[in-house]
Amino acid sequence: MNDALDVALRLVIVFAVFLVLPLVIGQTEHKVMAHMQGRLGPMYAGGFHGWAQLVADGVKFAQKEDIVPADADRRVFQLAPAIALLPYLLVLVAIPIGPGEGAVGEVVDAGIFFVLAIMGISVLGSLMAGWASANKFSLLGGLRTAAQLLAYELPMLLAAASVAMAAGTVSLPGIVDEFEWWWLPWQIVGALVFFVAGLAELQRPPFDMPVADSEIIFGAYTEYTGLRFALFLLAEYAGIVVLCGLTTVLFLGGWHGPWGAEGLGWVWTLLKTAVLAFVVIWLRVSYPRLREDQLQKLAWTTLVPLALAQIALTGIVKVAIN
Amino acid sequence: MTSAAATAATAAAAAENHGFLSPTGVEIAFLLVGLVTLGAAVITVTTRQLVHAALWLVVALGGLAVEYLLLTAEFIAWVQVLIYVGSVVVLLLFGLMLTRAPIGRSPDADSGNRPLALAVALAAAAALVWVVVDAFRTTVIDLDGAAQGSTGVTGSVLFRHWVLPFEALSVLLLAALVGAIVLSRKTAKGTPAPEGDR
Repeated sequence: MNDALDVALRLVIVFAVFLVLPLVIGQTEHKVMAHMQGRLGPMYAGGFHGWAQLVADGVKFAQKEDIVPADADRRVFQLAPAIALLPYLLVLVAIPIGPGEGAVGEVVDAGIFFVLAIMGISVLGSLMAGWASANKFSLLGGLRTAAQLLAYELPMLLAAASVAMAAGTVSLPGIVDEFEWWWLPWQIVGALVFFVAGLAELQRPPFDMPVADSEIIFGAYTEYTGLRFALFLLAEYAGIVVLCGLTTVLFLGGWHGPWGAEGLGWVWTLLKTAVLAFVVIWLRVSYPRLREDQLQKLAWTTLVPLALAQIALTGIVKVAIN
Repeated sequence: MTSAAATAATAAAAAENHGFLSPTGVEIAFLLVGLVTLGAAVITVTTRQLVHAALWLVVALGGLAVEYLLLTAEFIAWVQVLIYVGSVVVLLLFGLMLTRAPIGRSPDADSGNRPLALAVALAAAAALVWVVVDAFRTTVIDLDGAAQGSTGVTGSVLFRHWVLPFEALSVLLLAALVGAIVLSRKTAKGTPAPEGDR
């Protein structure tokens, strides 16, 4: 019975994190983007600097009418937001934020594989949405999503494989346990490839070709309104949390820091994740959107060779150390 | 009364020895997931809606991954999800959307090869079952020690005992890759040929 209670408590905590952190990042995005562009951003909702803006947005979304287009494939159309969102919840369960058994939802033996495999599923949600909407812009968005995923999945996997080779394990807590400070320069190329490929998988700017609003309205999500649209947005921000958390755990040493790795390890993890999330927002306001051919070229001619070179380097250094 | 108590005691002991799910629980779950997988696979090949077929394929492949999990082959299960659900089905959907993916039924989605396909499927299933039964008929699998199929065990077995088949397979895949590139370049060259010099 105690075990069941323990599992339930962990799941509740993971679920709370899943609901809160994406909203925090969304609000930060509002404010950071605004200040970078010489605006104030939301100022009224909730009183203090518009802290409740996203809560108000949520209430607004919940009140909107839920419309399914007449020609759409109803069931697939309605199922798509859940397919897009749920994988990120599952991934969050496996990401450790501190040392020991207590600071991870569930220790998964083959953690890296679990995380990357489940993350790949959420793209199916965008594909389903793009196809089932019976809208040519949505279909174009779905196509671009698929092309992007196929191009960027490979460098992401290769970069993750490199760090797994370095650590000699595929378990996420195991990888952070093995981390030393000099891994940072050693794996820096892999880290950059992983982060860039992850951004592309999330379709964040500058890789937001699939939802390019000036060309195809909002890609696969054009026909969505109300709560289902909000779920897609939540999936995007949950994806940012997961990507930044994973980059932290794999490449930045997770809970390791100059001091306090024992008791305050989770603070380091959250701090690094937050800095990476800030970089994600920063990239959105600083870079123009990549064209489709530039996207494919970046993946196949830059990221894949870089990731392979990183794997070779990892192998050589690993053998030299042993 | 005593027999009931004894059964309860053995059930409790079995539960203690085998963790959260008792052996029968795992078997029941395995059977149910197997039925779902089979059902999804049957719908995949019988439905007239092309994209629905691809999506039911996701259910079938995911069900297979759950079966691997129930057999404690965790690594294989995640690789199954990563490769098949995450990449192969996405590629399939991409191809469908690029060419023709109407919403609703496609009456012409049947090629008329149904009996032949059924015969091939049955033959393949029979061959697989026969091979597995024949290979493991008298084998005793040691359940103590590290779980068979965990990442560590799979890795060491793969790279100690099966290195040669592994490398041969990778060369085969490379050959297939090169072949695909050659084929696709050939058609690209052949298309503008009527207008050009050669």
